[in-house]
Amino acid sequence: MLETKEIHFYYGAFHALKNISMTMDDHTVTAFIGPSGCGKSTFLRLFNRMNDLIPDTHLTGQCLIEGQDIYQKTVDVTTLRKKVGMVFQKPNPFPKSIFENVAYGLRVDGIKDKNFIRQRVEESLKGAALWEEVKDQLKKPAFELSGGQQQRLCIARALAIEPSVILMDEPASALDPISTSKIEDLIHSLKEKYTIVIVTHNMQQAARVSNKTGFFMLGELIEFNDTKKIFLSPEKEATQNYITGRFG
Amino acid sequence: MAIMQKKTEQKIAFTFFRSLSLVVVAILFWILGFIIYNGAGVIDWEFLTTAPSDGMTGGGIFPAIAGTLYLILGSSMVAFPLGILSAVYTSEYAGNGYIIRFIRIMTNNLSGIPSIIFGLFGMALFVNTLEFGDSIIAGSFTLGLLTLPLVIRTTEEALRAIPDTFRIGSLALGATQLQTIRRITMPMAFPNIITGLILSIGRVSGETAPILFTVAAYFLPKLPQSIFDQVMALPYHLYVIATSGTDLEATRPIAYGTALVLIIIVLLMNLLASFLRKKFRKL
Repeated sequence: MLETKEIHFYYGAFHALKNISMTMDDHTVTAFIGPSGCGKSTFLRLFNRMNDLIPDTHLTGQCLIEGQDIYQKTVDVTTLRKKVGMVFQKPNPFPKSIFENVAYGLRVDGIKDKNFIRQRVEESLKGAALWEEVKDQLKKPAFELSGGQQQRLCIARALAIEPSVILMDEPASALDPISTSKIEDLIHSLKEKYTIVIVTHNMQQAARVSNKTGFFMLGELIEFNDTKKIFLSPEKEATQNYITGRFG
Repeated sequence: MAIMQKKTEQKIAFTFFRSLSLVVVAILFWILGFIIYNGAGVIDWEFLTTAPSDGMTGGGIFPAIAGTLYLILGSSMVAFPLGILSAVYTSEYAGNGYIIRFIRIMTNNLSGIPSIIFGLFGMALFVNTLEFGDSIIAGSFTLGLLTLPLVIRTTEEALRAIPDTFRIGSLALGATQLQTIRRITMPMAFPNIITGLILSIGRVSGETAPILFTVAAYFLPKLPQSIFDQVMALPYHLYVIATSGTDLEATRPIAYGTALVLIIIVLLMNLLASFLRKKFRKL
């Protein structure tokens, strides 16, 4: 379970997240929507502490994963990131072979057992619905795959280290419609094993893939509810205006 | 018509620029041609493999070639690890604070210091204070310091050319910063780093002033026995036989030959650099 309590986040003096408290259940898909710059990606990156990499930022409030505050001093960030995988907007495979991309997380974890690695790579590629397309060319450079395949490779790469949470930051916005629908199908099947949080600009996508949807605007969480409720009968006028395309 | 006028203006401008760049190339070829014309005649197997004889008017330049190679090797062993590691620190770890900007400015200033100053500094520190004497090790340290800014700058630039998405992707998988550098960033930057390293070698092989007081021997027909021995070196040998030989007229062809060998070494280094860069790019 992911939980935040009264989160405030600042880029320098800029107040990017304002008092956000929410809970996300295990094995659900939660979507964040909202206009550009509303803070939804910043909020997503809290959960694997990727915001730590940005200088001059400041956080107050609590961010809990399974009850543990991940911003406590005793938390090892690399361990956290092995539990909370992330997929980025643009596919970013490493300049290595398909196999080595998926094996990367295992290798940096110090795993040497070749059979174990081979097995895990296969499972992960199957989990990311890419295995059938690449099983005969695992040694091929990852850059030679199509954009959609690269993104599924990045998902496989995240699955290989067996996270419990997967964060997706607009995972399909750089992809064509067919690749996008493959990613969406994949999100459906991944829900069985993982807790998924996805940021998207595409409202149909949020409606299709998620159980719950949060609407962000100007750093505030305006509304957070079941996806159906958000799209069919939102409580706030701002949500209504956004999903009907009156601004954004 | 106005449109036609624009075209003519452009034509004139480009013709002017083009002829200027041709002048640069022409000068280069003139120098090269002059040296090849005068020097190619003396280069043969004996010239490359024997020591000077008859008061520098005969024989070859083998000890100087060997000495230059020793100095390339020695200064590389000083400058490469030091330069690469400090560049990794400044560009991957240190962020962009005041201290790091100060270090960067100082590194750039270091590259602007005349090489004779390095020579004097090397003599004061390595030859006298540390009591290495005139030796390969003193010369290697001096040349190494001279090329350090070049090594640091090219390594930094190579690292900075790697998009952050790769670093972020690696960190997001639970890799540490060191693992990210070792497994992702460095291998990706390697082609450009190696180019910088080889170009710095080219610089080392041509420098005279830094070795003048630290290692170079006027005449030393036998090869060094240890890193505490002196060696001859091509640029210094060239200086010697062009200015203070026993019979300048008789040594002139040898001087041209020496110059040609030196140019060929630098040229080969540069070719090797671009070859390696292309080769690693393909991987």
